[in-house]
Amino acid sequence: MQNRVQESLDSVIDLQSVIDEIPMGIVVLDRDRRVVFLNRSLQALTGFSHKEAVCVPCHQILRNRICLKSCPTLGMHTDSKSESCETDLINRDRIRVPVHIHLAPLKDKLGNMMGFLETIEDLRPIRELDAKISQAYVFAHLVGRSPQMEKIFQILPVIAQNDSSVLITGETGTGKDRVAEAIHHASGRSKGPFVKVNCGALPETLLESELFGHQKGAFTGAVENKPGRFRLAHNGTLYLTEIGDLPLALQVKLLTFLDDQVVYPLGSTRGFQANVRVIAATHRNLEQMVREGRFRADLLFRLNVVRIQIPPLRNRGDDIRLLLDRFLNELNSRFGKKISSFSKKALEILKSYPYPGNVRELQNIVEYAVNICQERQVLPQHLPSYLTESPAWTPETVPNTELASSGKSSNFEPLDPDGHEQTWAAAERRMIMDALVKAGGRRSRAAELMRWGRSTLWRKMKQYGISTK
Amino acid sequence: MAQKVLIPINGNDVAPRFDLATEVLIAVGGGVRAKIKEKIVVLSESSSEKLCQLILAEGIDTVICNGIEEEHYQYLTWKRVQVFDSVMGSWKSVLKRFYEGTLKPGEILYKDAD
Repeated sequence: MQNRVQESLDSVIDLQSVIDEIPMGIVVLDRDRRVVFLNRSLQALTGFSHKEAVCVPCHQILRNRICLKSCPTLGMHTDSKSESCETDLINRDRIRVPVHIHLAPLKDKLGNMMGFLETIEDLRPIRELDAKISQAYVFAHLVGRSPQMEKIFQILPVIAQNDSSVLITGETGTGKDRVAEAIHHASGRSKGPFVKVNCGALPETLLESELFGHQKGAFTGAVENKPGRFRLAHNGTLYLTEIGDLPLALQVKLLTFLDDQVVYPLGSTRGFQANVRVIAATHRNLEQMVREGRFRADLLFRLNVVRIQIPPLRNRGDDIRLLLDRFLNELNSRFGKKISSFSKKALEILKSYPYPGNVRELQNIVEYAVNICQERQVLPQHLPSYLTESPAWTPETVPNTELASSGKSSNFEPLDPDGHEQTWAAAERRMIMDALVKAGGRRSRAAELMRWGRSTLWRKMKQYGISTK
Repeated sequence: MAQKVLIPINGNDVAPRFDLATEVLIAVGGGVRAKIKEKIVVLSESSSEKLCQLILAEGIDTVICNGIEEEHYQYLTWKRVQVFDSVMGSWKSVLKRFYEGTLKPGEILYKDAD
């Protein structure tokens, strides 16, 4: 049989030299799966010369994992289809090489089985390329190839490996939650729980019991013991989102926890030693809040061990295109659509839009377009009307980018020309301060000046962290 | 001096890969011993690390195998175990050649048998 296969190779065309030139490993086996011919590429890959390999069982030369587990040639007959799979081999240089093998039966003109033809592709270059691409553009669910994002991708695995507190800042929709999840999953705590608490979503009293838990009978309605999120996150990560909205009283309690890692549930005298890593996030400017007395400076210093500033989408350059394509692919498969791309004009509009809502807004725009579009390409009319109807975006309509990207400010409330906040809260706070100054610090007089009851003034002062002492 | 040899085997042959072997032959012979003592050990699972542990626990002098990864080759060599790798053929002929003192790493004995 060895001779018959060899004869076929010695036909009119010098088949051996042709196969030798193919830049992929090829081996011809006889019916007993002994090597008849090994091309030059495969000789280089395995480290065995043609002379050494001839007549040797193929599994001894190729040393594929699949050869030993379930050899595809076993049970292969003349009518069998070719088979392919991914496996690995160990070459003569003692290197384990990932390979893709493709095996087909060799038949003569009468259809009699003569042997097998196997091609072996070295997957190392592909794997290396994949690793490079994925390393540069993706970390967990985060996508980006802008220098700012690449920098974040590089530091995230390092940050994940230690237990320091992390403060994530960035505008709304930039992916703070995703970064927190990515840090947890890349850390040694990934097997433990990841507990998320939105500090702005609950009133102060509820939040305290939610975070630290309570003892049965601690207050009316506390009919049973509640463990609290800190305890639930034991051996895992506690993610405090909107930390800027955490009331001052709880800031002190959080500070105490960060100092000694002990949680005291409401109404309990016995503490619980919680092994928890705290990750906090906010879209507010904590430094500014500290200056205004709305956030404790010592808590900021404790949380600010590792700071990650996520850049707004408008500062991420080509990432907009990358994200558009990614969301288009994802939504295509989710909605069963076959939209191939964005038209040139639609792309121009999408690229020039400043995305105040960042990645979340971009995702929603693509989702809207995919739902509306009935064609193969997204056209301008498929985009939300506010993108196409509004005039060109001016810097005034965009949040202060310089402050946002510098990391000095992550509070994106609009500013007036003098740099003062224009929100009602800021104005109200200023009014209270003015009234207190006029009243010489006397609260009853200040309340009269503002035509408020004393209790209203007291409540508002507490809310804004104003003290007359 | 008597030499203790371990060969990962697959049926009658030397196993193609050290890391995938589930059976090993342990032989003691040479020196003043006229007869070679052989025993076959069936492993619970294929694992390079466990095989390395067994080699050290059994006090093996020489390992004869076919494909082995550099990491394990270097580890065994560092532990003063002699390794003959890329050896192909039936384990009986390999063992015979070894105790005759004519076996070399990379030896392919199938052609001798043919």
